[in-house]
Amino acid sequence: MSISDQMPTEVAPETPRDENAPAFQRFMESIGQFWTFGVLVALILIFGIAAPDLFSKDAWLSTSEFAVEYLILAVGQTFVIITAGIDLSDGAVLGFSGMAGALLMEHVMIGGPSGAGTVVIGIAAMLLAGTLIGVLNGVLITRIKLPPFIVTLGTLTAVGGATNLLNNGTEITTLPNFINNMGTASVLDGWLPIPVLIALAVAVVFGLILARTRFGLRTYSIGSNDAGARRAGIRVDRHLIMVYAISGFLAGLAGLMVTANFQSASPIAGANDELYAIASVVIGGASIFGGRGTIFGTVIGTAILSVLTTGLVLTNVAPFWQQVAIGVVVVAAVAIDRVRTRAGTD
Amino acid sequence: MREEVPAPAGSGVQTVPFVEVRRLTKRYGSVLALRGADLELHRGEVVGLVGDNGAGKSTLVNILSGGIQPTSGSVLVDGTEVTLRTPVDARRAGIETVYQDLSLAPDLSIWANMFLGREAVVKGPLGRIGWLDRKAMMERSATSLEETNIRIASVLSRTGRLSGGQRQAVAVGRAVSWGSRVLLLDEPTAALGVEQQQRVGELIKRVAANGIAVLLISHNLPQVYEICDRVVVLFHGETVANLRTSEIDIDDIVGWITGSALAARRLHEGQA
Repeated sequence: MSISDQMPTEVAPETPRDENAPAFQRFMESIGQFWTFGVLVALILIFGIAAPDLFSKDAWLSTSEFAVEYLILAVGQTFVIITAGIDLSDGAVLGFSGMAGALLMEHVMIGGPSGAGTVVIGIAAMLLAGTLIGVLNGVLITRIKLPPFIVTLGTLTAVGGATNLLNNGTEITTLPNFINNMGTASVLDGWLPIPVLIALAVAVVFGLILARTRFGLRTYSIGSNDAGARRAGIRVDRHLIMVYAISGFLAGLAGLMVTANFQSASPIAGANDELYAIASVVIGGASIFGGRGTIFGTVIGTAILSVLTTGLVLTNVAPFWQQVAIGVVVVAAVAIDRVRTRAGTD
Repeated sequence: MREEVPAPAGSGVQTVPFVEVRRLTKRYGSVLALRGADLELHRGEVVGLVGDNGAGKSTLVNILSGGIQPTSGSVLVDGTEVTLRTPVDARRAGIETVYQDLSLAPDLSIWANMFLGREAVVKGPLGRIGWLDRKAMMERSATSLEETNIRIASVLSRTGRLSGGQRQAVAVGRAVSWGSRVLLLDEPTAALGVEQQQRVGELIKRVAANGIAVLLISHNLPQVYEICDRVVVLFHGETVANLRTSEIDIDDIVGWITGSALAARRLHEGQA
């Protein structure tokens, strides 16, 4: 007996659209996930009209410089949030990594204070310190089965203290020339600072990993259905440790960028950065419940926060209002996304 | 004290069963969840596994799907004893499980769910990093769902957007597409409406007609009676009956589930 003779089992058409849904809701569904891009364009236009300086080289450089730190952290945070986790420690790890690397470069001089060996060891130390703290987060979360919120809240606090212990709470300003130059060097006639180039490269590389590799797809699988992923043979614990390691590694890289940019390692570097990173990811459309999010969305989310900050400065809005505005944007973004995806969701 | 019924193969020809369970027990501390389960699954057969809550159905299915290890007894695949340590072991042995919660990732597309944990990657030097072969996965998903006569608008649809019956069909389609020979279905229609239950029932029969052995765990006795060729009843962790549905009626199954048929037989044997 051929099975195709028999009655087929219909899957789809998809849940039909609710034709009676409010016009706004239907509109939001039809523009899909690109609405945040529209918000970014709208912000640029509004602030551009209010303060034409927004299109100046100075404004672009200060906006992009601001964005570098948050974008690198937010890329790592995107992976974590897609697994339904959270990394509250990445700002603190940024500060610790920068301080640890700077301290090492101050004391270990291979080929002199600005020697290549010193620079390589310092950069390696920053990346390694970040990665190791990420691994520690991952191990505590998967092996002891503690909630990511609690684990990373703990590392946020402990690592913050450790940063101050490293150099008695003072900053380090004696850095190799290479590091200092890296923060200020640029290409394209000064329009593209090297740190911005590095941040964009990070976004492209990790965007490809998330969207085009098995590792990326499994990151979504775990966030969407952890038990299902386990039954499907995915090594969930190992994968999560790698995801937190990525977040830590990128926090270490952000530590390098910030140290180079300010030509010093400060114990308060990175403080509260995790909030901006999480905000960027969430504005970019990732679900805090896991399973959804893209690096493209995160880039847009970071750009929205950065343009908003520069725009408010240029329009002479008092700094405290900037924080209020960012808070409002985060909540509004999630609320709009909820309306957009309400129909036919789980 | 078990009813000895020779296992009727679907084709009527005696062959080595795809899966055979012999005197399986499972102990949790002082509790014996299984105290002697026997089961044979043959090609092309739909077998119902029934029993009251706590009779050991879930334990037996968990052992067969590689979720837990038995305390004693054996599982044979094609007449060879196997050890199923993980769900992956069970799958390698040709046993696919459709869990009660379906184990689908609602945020992922249908094709990504079909390949969950078994993603196809592009061959070549970069294959080691695992670049996804999305095109191949989409095409193969569409083809294999079609072969099981599951019609879908698009394998790109997000699985969370499908109805309960559609999701069930995708989960069954996924299990079948991996060339499984034994399909374990845990309460496949518990969350479904009447019409969707009907459709899933038809799908199960089609799958079996294609040469797969299906074990259906269900509380829905009318459905078990309608779909299954044979019913195995667990009572207090033990296989107490192995019945052909063509030779019994629903009340007989109820009698074995509640234990009254067992009591009656013991009484009868005592008098004989």
